[in-house]
Amino acid sequence: MSDVDAAVTRAHRGEWARVVAALTRRFGDLDIAEEAAAEAFATAVERWPADGVPPNPGAWLTTTANRKAIDRIRRESKRDDKQKEARLLYDEDPPEPLGAIDDERLRLIFTCCHPALAMETRVALTLRMVGGLTVAEIARAFLVQEPAMGRRITRAKDKIKAARIPYRVPSAEDLPSRVSGVLAVLFLVFNEGYLASGPDTDPVRQDLTAEAIRLTRVIRALLPDDGEVAGLLALMLLTEARRTARVSAGGELVTLDEQDRGAWDASLIAEGHRLVRERLAAGVAPGRYQLLAAINAVHTYARDIRDTDWSQIVALYDQLARIDPSPIVALNRAIAVAELDGPDVALAAVERLEDRLAGYHAYHATRADLLRRLGRSQQARAAYDQAIALAGNTAETAYLSRRRDQLGRS
Amino acid sequence: MQYLFSVIHDADTLATDEEMAAIDVFNDKLVAEGHWVFAGGLGAPTTATVIDNRGADALFTDGPFVESKEYLAGFWIIEADDLDVALKIAAEGSKACNRKVEVRPFL
Repeated sequence: MSDVDAAVTRAHRGEWARVVAALTRRFGDLDIAEEAAAEAFATAVERWPADGVPPNPGAWLTTTANRKAIDRIRRESKRDDKQKEARLLYDEDPPEPLGAIDDERLRLIFTCCHPALAMETRVALTLRMVGGLTVAEIARAFLVQEPAMGRRITRAKDKIKAARIPYRVPSAEDLPSRVSGVLAVLFLVFNEGYLASGPDTDPVRQDLTAEAIRLTRVIRALLPDDGEVAGLLALMLLTEARRTARVSAGGELVTLDEQDRGAWDASLIAEGHRLVRERLAAGVAPGRYQLLAAINAVHTYARDIRDTDWSQIVALYDQLARIDPSPIVALNRAIAVAELDGPDVALAAVERLEDRLAGYHAYHATRADLLRRLGRSQQARAAYDQAIALAGNTAETAYLSRRRDQLGRS
Repeated sequence: MQYLFSVIHDADTLATDEEMAAIDVFNDKLVAEGHWVFAGGLGAPTTATVIDNRGADALFTDGPFVESKEYLAGFWIIEADDLDVALKIAAEGSKACNRKVEVRPFL
């Protein structure tokens, strides 16, 4: 990659959201902001190789995008004077005080993750407007046809405009619930990357995990005192640190007990541990992401699976179950209980969840593993079959198939 | 900016006295806070008549234009700065009338 290409890539990563946010603020229209930002970056690709990279790429891009937006509004206003009038009125709004959180990008994120939009729409809009991914890239990431994804994003922009979804940081009273809505979007993007679904998809989509981490870092920089933001970032880092050890060269899932711990990313783990320690020191009751991060911290502290502090992990799951009494938390707790109290105790706990988790592959995979360890091969085989039928991730399917086929014929 | 709140009726019973009282309290608050534009309750869909006068003669049909278990039982038109404000008011309205409420912006 040439220096100029690298500069364009760097500017795109660093400045895209800022340019879109600044233009949305000025013109009160996401569509205009998105199109003008895209045109400005296209102009940079054309001009920078000949003219050189400007000393302040962000300012250059914002100025260029502003000019593109004004050109478009002039073109349209010749067709429609009424529309122009409406825009001018909107522009006259005095800038709202931003308080401690003085970054335009934050407004953009809250608008894209507004609760009046469907979850899949929030994810798509956030990746486009904040992440700067193209519609084609987002469509590919979620296995949707590009025109369908384009329509989804267009509909969302239309709704934001017509229903007047506000472009602002929510009030202090609404902030916690709205931040948790944003974190849910980012966690979903991360998980889709970490456990990619679909038979023709790579088992791990590093593009998505990296994007989720990058955006969570942005939120973390903007809301440094929010414990759950720190928790989610720590959780992602401690999970991402194990990514390369988690899938074998042959494309098969490697479970935690078999992973090459030397292949874990030590710097990501150190950063994750630092965040977890920071939250512990804050002395505030931890939320869901902080507890999940703490559980992952315990796992990653152990240099060997035998050094894992399972009683600590069970205690953290107990704490998690109190704020999130979902059957999935109970299932994961049972997996830790198997190490502490034995697979028979864990199996009894797992089987109590059958009503609610019968359609979830991890329920059958966990049950299969426990039955195998208890020497109940025939039942284990049937459970593996059910898990394989429900699993969407190719690495998991490969792992489960091998485990099943290792069982002796009885 | 004006929004239409459609009250979606999906039960067998009509509004109870308690619900009517809660709606009155909610309406007073809308007026006091400057959100009130207009509101009303509607007769059952069986009382509807559909008119189609696009052809040569006006055509009258007895009953609603679409038969459905859920139907519009009433509405509010409110004034609010943006959707966040409207949704907050709609949440109170849904609680007061004990029904689902659909929020739509006027163009």
